[in-house]
Amino acid sequence: MGGEQGWGSVGIDPNEKVFAEEWEGRAFALGAMSGGLSGTNLDAFRHSLERLHPLAYLQDGYYGRWLACAELLLVDSGIIAEGAVDARANNLLGNETPEPADPEVNKPQYERGGGGSLREIDDAPKFNVGDPIRARDMHVLGHTRMPAYIRGRSGTVKAHRPAAVLPDSTAHFTGEDAQHVYTVTFDATELWGPEAEPATLNIDLFESYMEPRS
Amino acid sequence: MTAMPDARPPAPIRTEALEALLTERGLVNADAINGLINRFVNDVGPMNGAKVVARAWTDPDYKERLLTDGTAAVGEFGFSGPQGEHIVVVENQEDMHNVVVCTLCSCYPWPLLGLPPDWYKDPAYRSRIVREPRTVLNEMGLALDDSVDITVWDSSAENRYFILPQRPAGTEELSEDELAALVTREAMVGVAQVGAPG
Repeated sequence: MGGEQGWGSVGIDPNEKVFAEEWEGRAFALGAMSGGLSGTNLDAFRHSLERLHPLAYLQDGYYGRWLACAELLLVDSGIIAEGAVDARANNLLGNETPEPADPEVNKPQYERGGGGSLREIDDAPKFNVGDPIRARDMHVLGHTRMPAYIRGRSGTVKAHRPAAVLPDSTAHFTGEDAQHVYTVTFDATELWGPEAEPATLNIDLFESYMEPRS
Repeated sequence: MTAMPDARPPAPIRTEALEALLTERGLVNADAINGLINRFVNDVGPMNGAKVVARAWTDPDYKERLLTDGTAAVGEFGFSGPQGEHIVVVENQEDMHNVVVCTLCSCYPWPLLGLPPDWYKDPAYRSRIVREPRTVLNEMGLALDDSVDITVWDSSAENRYFILPQRPAGTEELSEDELAALVTREAMVGVAQVGAPG
């Protein structure tokens, strides 16, 4: 959402509870467990956020998204049938609804190189701290962690971070493709034009999101 | 893309439905769900990060370890786990203020701060803090002097950024616990500063 306009102001509620309503806590827990139950992973979960209907993304808030994503991954993997949640919900509401039969379990088959997302890799890093780079003008069809607002923009490598699995690949179960990760610095005027509020932006980029710049 | 949401039963009842379906299949149980909820309501939250800040303010060696290898230094308190694989601690300075966002989803250093608050997940914060940070900070109650530069950290990979706020003046006599009580969640994300006591 970086740089989008029209979202209004931001306020802090100092008395906010961790979960405003009881269902939110349960949706959080089910979401947290859904990766393991569906045999998927964190990146697939994040990708499922991008697969939600834009109205569904916003309507039920953060934990509404967790609930919808849990359902999506569990349906993908054949743990529950498509429509099973709505049918059961309708039955709980007293609207008698036939529930679909269980599907065949169909978890994704892929290799993980360990727990979590960080990996040790042997490849030499292609970039050094201080290198001028450009964020590639990538328009990925599936999942990516390359935010739209920096595509094609010029920055400078600020730090070399631990290598990590490439979400663009892991989310689709096509391999881990672990890569070096860098923190890259962009000036606000490079991102938002000469009238921009003065500021510096630091953002983490996977090596394949970057190209050298002379 | 998923279905239009208005065609679906409300989220609370869908949550109950999904839990029932998974419970019947023996895949989840109420104890595990309640345990996870309890952990994030009672055991993990900003009080963890506040302990780290207070230690860094009172122990220069710890502060150096924290800024050099955040993951290991917070691990000294036993703080680790999901969304804390690699912790990077950034120190606010007199002339440089740092603030953290995740524009893509709402990535947040769970082991130190718990689950993110509403404002952090708000599309308004996620869209605007990278574009007009000074304006947004002002709206949130933090008026920085024009002489203070602002750096925004967008947590787009698995590194989790944690702000070490400046220690307020007049706190020289306070104990570590008393200092920790002053440190707010907002200060550790960089949308506030730590105020003097009283």
